Amino acid sequence: MRSMLPFSLGLLAGAPLSWGPPQEPSGGPDYDRTVAPILSELCFDCHGPDGAARQAGLRLDTREGVLEVAEPGSRTDSELWSRIRSTDPDLRMPPPETGEILSPDQVETLGAWIDAGVPVQAHWAFVAPQPQASPAITDPLVAGRPFIADEIDAFVLAALEENGLRPSPPASPATLLRRVTLDLTGLPPTPLELDAFLADPSDGAYAAAVDALLDSPRHAEHVTTEWLDGARYADTNGYQNDFARHQWPWRDWVLRSFQAGQPYDEFALEQIAGDLLPGATRDQILATGFQRNHRTVTEAGSLDEEWRVENVVDRVETTSTVFLGLTMGCARCHDHKYDPITQAEFFGLYGFFNSIDEKGVYEETRGNVAPLIEVPGPEHVAGLAEIGERLEAAQAELKSATEAAEPERAGWIDGLGSTAWKEPHVHAGFPEPLVLEGALKRAPFLASEVPLAADQAFSVAAWVRAESHGAIWAKMADDDTYRGADLVLFQDGRAAAHLIHDWPENAIKVVTEEPLPLGVWMHLTVAYDGSGKAAGLRILRGGVPLATRIEADSLSAATDVAAPLRLGTRRYAGELRGSVGDLRVLDHAPPQGLDLAWPQALAADPDQAGTLRAIHRDAYAATLVAARERVAELRSEREDFARSVPTAMVLAERTEPRPTYVLDRGRYDAPRTDHPITPHVPAVLGALPAEAPPDRLALARWITSPANPLFARVQVNRVWKRFFGRGLAASQENFGVQGDRPSHPALLDSLALSFVESGYDQRELERRIVLSSTYRQSSKARPADYERDPGNALLSRGPRYRLDAEAIRDSALFVSGLLVERLGGPPTRPYQPPGLWSELAGGAGQGPYVQDTGEGLWRRSLYTHRKRTVPHPTLATLDAPGFEICQVRRARTNTPLQVLALLNDVTYVEASRALAERVANEHPGDVQAQLRSGFRRCTGRLPAETELATLRGGYDRRLENFRAAPQSAAELLAVGESRAPDPSPELAALATTMAVILNLDETLTKQ
Amino acid sequence: MSQPQARRADSLDQAQALNRRQFLGCGMGLGSLALGSTGALGSLGNGSPLTHFAPKAKRVIYLHQSGAPSQFETLDPKPGLERYRAQELPESIRQGQRLTTMTSGQASFPIAPSIFPASRANPTGTLLSSLMPHTARISDRLCIVRSMHTEAINHDPAITFCQTGSPLAGRPSFGAWMAYGLGSMNRDLPTFLVMVSSTKRAQPLYERLWGSGFLPAQYQGTKLRSAAEPVLYLDNPPGQSRDVRRTMLDDLGALNRAAGAQDPAVAARIEQTELAFRMQAAVPDLVDVSDEPASTLELYGPDVHKPGTYARNCLLARRMIERDVRFVQLYHMGWDHHGTLPADAAKIAAATDQPSAALVLDLERRGLLDDTLVIWGGEFGRTVYSQGALTATDYGRDHHPRCFSLWLAGGGIRPGMTLGATDEFSYNITEDPTSVHDLHATLLHLLGFDHMRLTYSYQGRDFRLTDVEGEVVRKILA
Repeated sequence: MRSMLPFSLGLLAGAPLSWGPPQEPSGGPDYDRTVAPILSELCFDCHGPDGAARQAGLRLDTREGVLEVAEPGSRTDSELWSRIRSTDPDLRMPPPETGEILSPDQVETLGAWIDAGVPVQAHWAFVAPQPQASPAITDPLVAGRPFIADEIDAFVLAALEENGLRPSPPASPATLLRRVTLDLTGLPPTPLELDAFLADPSDGAYAAAVDALLDSPRHAEHVTTEWLDGARYADTNGYQNDFARHQWPWRDWVLRSFQAGQPYDEFALEQIAGDLLPGATRDQILATGFQRNHRTVTEAGSLDEEWRVENVVDRVETTSTVFLGLTMGCARCHDHKYDPITQAEFFGLYGFFNSIDEKGVYEETRGNVAPLIEVPGPEHVAGLAEIGERLEAAQAELKSATEAAEPERAGWIDGLGSTAWKEPHVHAGFPEPLVLEGALKRAPFLASEVPLAADQAFSVAAWVRAESHGAIWAKMADDDTYRGADLVLFQDGRAAAHLIHDWPENAIKVVTEEPLPLGVWMHLTVAYDGSGKAAGLRILRGGVPLATRIEADSLSAATDVAAPLRLGTRRYAGELRGSVGDLRVLDHAPPQGLDLAWPQALAADPDQAGTLRAIHRDAYAATLVAARERVAELRSEREDFARSVPTAMVLAERTEPRPTYVLDRGRYDAPRTDHPITPHVPAVLGALPAEAPPDRLALARWITSPANPLFARVQVNRVWKRFFGRGLAASQENFGVQGDRPSHPALLDSLALSFVESGYDQRELERRIVLSSTYRQSSKARPADYERDPGNALLSRGPRYRLDAEAIRDSALFVSGLLVERLGGPPTRPYQPPGLWSELAGGAGQGPYVQDTGEGLWRRSLYTHRKRTVPHPTLATLDAPGFEICQVRRARTNTPLQVLALLNDVTYVEASRALAERVANEHPGDVQAQLRSGFRRCTGRLPAETELATLRGGYDRRLENFRAAPQSAAELLAVGESRAPDPSPELAALATTMAVILNLDETLTKQ
Repeated sequence: MSQPQARRADSLDQAQALNRRQFLGCGMGLGSLALGSTGALGSLGNGSPLTHFAPKAKRVIYLHQSGAPSQFETLDPKPGLERYRAQELPESIRQGQRLTTMTSGQASFPIAPSIFPASRANPTGTLLSSLMPHTARISDRLCIVRSMHTEAINHDPAITFCQTGSPLAGRPSFGAWMAYGLGSMNRDLPTFLVMVSSTKRAQPLYERLWGSGFLPAQYQGTKLRSAAEPVLYLDNPPGQSRDVRRTMLDDLGALNRAAGAQDPAVAARIEQTELAFRMQAAVPDLVDVSDEPASTLELYGPDVHKPGTYARNCLLARRMIERDVRFVQLYHMGWDHHGTLPADAAKIAAATDQPSAALVLDLERRGLLDDTLVIWGGEFGRTVYSQGALTATDYGRDHHPRCFSLWLAGGGIRPGMTLGATDEFSYNITEDPTSVHDLHATLLHLLGFDHMRLTYSYQGRDFRLTDVEGEVVRKILA
């Protein structure tokens, strides 16, 4: 009789399937909960949705397929039954060589399923959530009070009763307030908040406290932290040299959205296709930064298409994991092994993201890469206008100075006659300007007449007109020592002179403070006094020393090399474009003032009139020179300022869409041009409305539609997990066939439906959860419960688990009073042991980690600079993800490295001292009160007498220690950048005791 | 298969089935392994971890030569190339294979014979570059593989592939798989240690190379630094003596026990705290080489006296192995010789050849080589044609994923053999092509695992180091 079940509900890959209600249970094992997981785990590899991998033409993911090997109602007549029980290795399924073994229970389940007529039903997650009747409850009282405060509790209690378990009594008010404050804000409650709640722990007061927490900016920060994991947000591009990008305006958009309580469907839609909304606002475009948070390749030599494909694949995987709870990755290379998603359907989704106006390999290695949106603040608009006014005035001055210079020049030329350079020199240059191009750069210009030695004075002077950055001249070894001397112009316009024995250990380097102008003639001299010190190496322009900063001053050995002096080129310095004239080498310091020998020589040659004119304009017409430099300064000021307008990386479509093909085995260089794809969604989940063009906006609307069986469930599950440590479906990243079945399917459906009804109001959902009796239970596990349900899947007690990395650090800063609370802005660089970046950089990359000074050290961990190839060590040690790819679930480990970090890292040592100061100021002279206060700030409760005695005993022992070694106390209390207190053995003993409290299991745990 | 091995496999499969369902699902502080742990899959009861079959090797040292050494200047010299000097690489060899964009625009692909002679190693007769004299001397202990190939053509994906089995980020590193599969053998040190040395200008590295990917963070490698503090946060803050710290830990233990000793999560935290305390003593002892006899130091060469060098790191690797660290990962950065290869390769070979060979000898004479696997190699090979101008004394070589060479030694590896061969241009493989997945499968095999069955369930899929490929290279097994 059960074989009458409609076949169309089989998991038929590739065939459209309605999101209709599930079949009534019809006896026998529940297909989706017990049978499908066995088939999926042990059989689908060879007999599943993947047509290419299918063996013997048999598929067990559809009822039709199963019926080929099963006789409904009779296991003994079924080949399936005999195969799974066979002892013949040639017949047994799964084949012995796979290593897969069916347990006796699993064998029995399949037998019972055949006996029951092979009933199947669609996978739960692919069927729309159904309205659920409140379950029947036998005993609604817990500890003499009604347990059911919300429908949530009815579902939970019913499941407990079914399993012979009872809920736990409510948590104490202090525990509850600490729990809910940590869950909603990532920070513990203050003593004042605790006092107020303990004075009135009524339901009304609790609800009011919850509302205040939900409305606080701290809540937005906390929820944003969670969102960034799935969004793989980071502050660097993630490959190879891993340069910084500036995507924080997108992160701030998330913050603002959570603060404003934006409905979740809008929030999601804008991150998928905000740019395509009619009349999209700047914020809606900014939201699509979500889809650009993936890593971007800048490694030289990489192939553009290879990495562009990876960008698109990353978007498909991230979008499906975050919004659909599905892992699409497998279907890139072949039909999905377990879920009814074909490779063609993977590329159906891929097609939506395939026409972004982007590159696979970016040459601009630093900063954001297109497509971009500017995100100016009001200060940027006003600043640009102000610079514009000053620039206009300077341009007017330049115009009049140019006019005035013309008549001056004739007199200047006349005066050149008698002012030859009298200085003796070792080498005098060429009279005509040399244009630096081609072979000239490779040619040795000057052999070794002047050694440019570390212990002798020398000067190298030349007229230069640079049109690019690069080496002006260099007399330097062409190997990794860089021995010799040079003058180079960096990309930012600054000039640098080096004198090197072995770079960088043994060398002098000075760099001009200001950039030099391009395209003008300058007389540049490098002058060295033979002292071996950086102070003795100067760069002069027009005979006037330029302000320089010293970047290396460690020379202690010879610098002379056999290599000739060359113009315009040097190892790894770039080739200079431009002209050089009158190069002179002196064995002493140059004369003061500007030398006129070259203009004089040029004046004698009528062919050089143009050069002479340019020299005058660029170097001698003082007013004109000043006016021109003023204009250049303002231009560069405007450019710098314009660069300070933050941008964010966002989506923008190409005008010409790219065609999408199935990529054979997922390989970028194997498009199956015989298999073009129109963007579409997997058939098992439905189809886009026929009238909509199949673009990203249509996809976003489809994903966020209430008819999508996954969208609301996945988000409800994610929110639930924040409070209970596991989702109702524990595998929150995978709602597919291989995922865990929900512990409370009816509750998940019910919450999903009311989430939709509420207009996707996330705070309302959070409020319901924390007001439920389920959430408010004590987390103390009764031994029998623990044995029955160690993971607390059935929720017979409240949640208890270690805090996340960010909450641990933020709480320590908060209780100690160090936390600086300011919403949003560029990333911060808190304490980090020196050298971590450079150790792996191979001499290239972003340069060393420059730790913040001041408030950046103490802001919330949400803002900590996220470098993908070298994550912040304490956050990584405490299981924060590396943000390289989408990751929606963190492990929760417990390791000795965590212990070391929390006891020894400056952050925590400083926090323990600040907490000690805080409680000492609160209760001067009263150590017991100090200990009590510190304990309460961290754990939310007062210590028991025995606990206090332990703390006091330790304090006294350490006090003795520090009294015997007051210098130790001073050293300990000086750790950290915040103002150090007057050291005393008492404060040191107290600080170490606060460190103990900060490291208590209870402090690090939400319970 | 003998009976005990079958039992081993059964219990492993059961342990793993249990693990698949329970491991990540706990979220309740149960994932508390690290130092002093058995394998994640369980133990046989005598302290040995569960494996699929009896392991040949218990420990691994992976000497990664980052930047990709040229096979021509190391293990696969081609003296015959001299007759083709400066000629175009024949199209019959290149066959239109892809090139990086660093050379794909070159008008010409002139063949660049190595300027370093090759000679037959004594006693095996293996042809090796003269840049590797010390390696040549131990060639009878080595298995040289000349037929490695890889999928990626750029450093980041290629080295990520070598170390994690996938060119893209997100997978656990080889060491993390080992820590997960085998657990720890010692009680005071991390299971998986990493060291980095470098020439001045080199390709960068990334933490993901020794990360745990989707495995819990306790399996990630711990980087040992040459800085004053060898392990991050190892040292107590200034002014806090070990005695003071002891009183703090005593108080912490007492308070934690009183609050919840019956809670396994609390018990685990107490245990980890004590491990941390022991580690604070064990690590300085590990890195203090003052007890090494002069003869040993001499073996590794003069650089050994300088902390942070490859030579010192090789010596430390041996000290780690002695202390039963499972997996030691060394990186030496600086093999990326696109230009001025002769000068740069000579320098880096001089810095690495002797210490690598010394490590093998030192392990051998202490009886540790039998059950320790040593691997030397980079992430891909280099081109036979010159990148940039070819002169009589100078040339460069671009990336070449189609073939490269490495060597293996120790636990379960057949010594004194060469596997595979390349054509006369070392452009294509002519014998025994071996993929990175094959290498991983083989290494896992030697460690006692069927690479198909050492899995971890994540996002609904049982992931393995070898993804969906890999075959054990039987020819190189002892």
